[in-house]
Amino acid sequence: MSSENAYYIPHDAKWPIVGSVGLTLLLGGFASQLNGSTMASNVMIVGFLVIVYMMFGWFGEVIDESESGTYKEVEGASFRMGMVWFIFSEVMFFAVFFGALYYIRIFSVPWLAGEGVGASTNEYLWSSFEAVWPTNGPGDVGGEYEKMGAWGLPAINTLLLLTSGVTCTWAHWGLVANKRKQLIIGLALTVTLGFIFVGLQALEYSHGYHELNLTLGTGVYGSTFYMLTGFHGFHVTVGAIMLTVMLVRSIKGHFTPENHFAFEAAAWYWHFVDVVWLGLFIFVYWL
Amino acid sequence: MTTVTDTHDDHHDHGPAKGLMRWVTTTNHKDIGTLYLLFALVMFMIGGAMAMVIRLELFQPGMQFVDPGFFNQMTTVHALVMIFGGVMPAFVGLANWMLPIMIGGPDMALPRMNNWSFWILPFAFAMLLGTFFMDGGAPAGGWTIYPPLVLQGGNGFPFMIFAIHMMGISSVMGAINVIVTILNMRAPGMTLMKMPLFVWTWFITAYLLIAVMPVLAGAVTMLLTDKFFDTTFFNAAGGGDPVLFQHIFWFFGHPEVYILILPAFGVVSEIIPTFARKPLFGYSSMVYATSSIAFLSFIVWAHHMFTVGMPLQGELFFMYATMLIAVPTGVKVFNWISTMWKGSMTFETPMLFAIGFVIMFTIGGFSGLMLAIAPADFQYHDTYFVVAHFHYVLVTGAIYSIMAAAYYWLPKWTGNMYNETHGQWHFWISTVSVNVLFFPQHFLGLAGMPRRIPDYAVQFAEFNMWSSIGGFVFGLSQVFFCYIVYKTIKGGEKATDQVWEGATGLEWTLPSPPPYHSFTEAPEIK
Repeated sequence: MSSENAYYIPHDAKWPIVGSVGLTLLLGGFASQLNGSTMASNVMIVGFLVIVYMMFGWFGEVIDESESGTYKEVEGASFRMGMVWFIFSEVMFFAVFFGALYYIRIFSVPWLAGEGVGASTNEYLWSSFEAVWPTNGPGDVGGEYEKMGAWGLPAINTLLLLTSGVTCTWAHWGLVANKRKQLIIGLALTVTLGFIFVGLQALEYSHGYHELNLTLGTGVYGSTFYMLTGFHGFHVTVGAIMLTVMLVRSIKGHFTPENHFAFEAAAWYWHFVDVVWLGLFIFVYWL
Repeated sequence: MTTVTDTHDDHHDHGPAKGLMRWVTTTNHKDIGTLYLLFALVMFMIGGAMAMVIRLELFQPGMQFVDPGFFNQMTTVHALVMIFGGVMPAFVGLANWMLPIMIGGPDMALPRMNNWSFWILPFAFAMLLGTFFMDGGAPAGGWTIYPPLVLQGGNGFPFMIFAIHMMGISSVMGAINVIVTILNMRAPGMTLMKMPLFVWTWFITAYLLIAVMPVLAGAVTMLLTDKFFDTTFFNAAGGGDPVLFQHIFWFFGHPEVYILILPAFGVVSEIIPTFARKPLFGYSSMVYATSSIAFLSFIVWAHHMFTVGMPLQGELFFMYATMLIAVPTGVKVFNWISTMWKGSMTFETPMLFAIGFVIMFTIGGFSGLMLAIAPADFQYHDTYFVVAHFHYVLVTGAIYSIMAAAYYWLPKWTGNMYNETHGQWHFWISTVSVNVLFFPQHFLGLAGMPRRIPDYAVQFAEFNMWSSIGGFVFGLSQVFFCYIVYKTIKGGEKATDQVWEGATGLEWTLPSPPPYHSFTEAPEIK
């Protein structure tokens, strides 16, 4: 095998250690902040900036390598598999929070209301508590609140995300068919829809906090609602940023019909957050 | 910048950079493997020192040296350090060193990410160990970090949570790298069912890691928000349930214990055939048994919580499912013994540790079966019987296999033979002392001594003293192990390429030590 065909092994990776320092500052700062330190937020900001710097540097290096033709099919396969397994890890992360939601709805709330093994708990501790969903528990944690309806903003958001999935695929078709204009328009639409989704989500949170008295502290309903939709919203933001990078790169003339791993990775990620949203819409908002 | 890197790359004799930065910026699987292994050894010593404090305090009844709060910090951090800092990085180090060579590949598939997987760890453990110096000290609620107890910790609590997040990120990236390497970097002709068993077991381990480390991340995130952001996941007043945490934790935790043992199965399956001078008995059944164990690991988690007040159907399901694991594990033990059957065996140090593994891991497996019986577990739960059980599978199981692997491959890594007499002494001292250390704990547990206590009733005094004496000797013999490793790195009789007479596999076709880049051209697979 000639050396040009050899698997590309980069040398002198300086970005990982930068990332480790950034991560430590960010999380260490956050932990100190939670412990009540007043200086810690500055440490967090520095850590965050270091991580942003690391991402620009690291991804920039890889993009340069890709554009100069360093990667062949075999390296591309590694990247693709890596992304698939990363998304699998994300699936498991969301599975925990969905699992917690199901456990609470199927087991812990009915048990608190006296079903099955919970008979005496209910009788002696909270005899007036009945199992209904949503609930903020027998302690009425967080006080009076209203449920977040499914058919207002959430339904519109569902429509937005599903449409963005379509525009994303349409952009991909454009890329494969070497229609640069279709690629750019499709991506721009996807990114716009994504950021509108995030904006509407913020509006919904504001509605929840200010008008419904529905907060993170509203018992398990508030906990599961905000943690599930919050982590999803964070992932949508990350996905939209990824797609924005793809848009900029498309405008710069990157990607060919054969070689566009980064685009595919961002698109897979986008479809993944899409599917998670469907689960959220059904189990958090609707049922 | 890129072009410079490219030109460098075209030279096959490209050696490592000079100085300290070589280790910080390296993308070489052998360098990173070495870093992982040395890191694991350091953590093994730190965690071991904590174990010594525990055994010192328990040497006699009554309060001796440390206050109960510090004792609890010791038991908690000892476990976290040994699991996440000792055993797991040691296996990742072995994977880094051996997998690319065993499958005839040039390196790990994602070399930069490989560097990051390692370099997160020192920072994560600095954060975890830093909690000792904070208000309220290190986490002291046990490594299982059950709420509400763990939420009552001091300033160390959020640092521990984020340290666990960082370890998780490191593990997931490392596991992704392992899977991609195995799927994409094999030499032509190296089909899946020709891979060495160590590669197979790591393949399945990596899958488990990616599946459950995010689960742990989710669990500790909920702990964090319950403490600082008013959520009530684990608070019944808000409709949550502390038992929910236990379910989530053990959904991670049970696959996690197989993450700690499956690579050990792989190591032993490499070593026994070499010194029995026979091919591994039942290769494909080993692969299927490993896969079955991985599958079963996802449906047995609640056997850690039999006494928590689950419905009867739950108790029964988890009891039977747990016992089912004995079947594929039995297949494995049977295959190792059958490999030795009528082999022309010799007993060099790696083989001694491997045989020690088979015997003592099986003892730990049997006590596991006892614990799996739900009605009996009501007696054993949270006693020293459990402590004895998991130390047999982790110390004389996982750690013995790591020792075996170290002796087996050290000549390959360093080019020098270790001192065989020293190795034999290390094995026998360790094996006698580890049984003095842990075997009496079975009796203590059956007699009712609870785990995680700094003081105990006087009727437990004698066995505890025995256990402590065994512990001190075992601890010292690991210092001796560090000395043996150091001597071997420094020099010694030169190792041949083959090293062991009966060794087969690609790693033995390379020189000892192998060149910086091992297979720049794919080897021929027969």
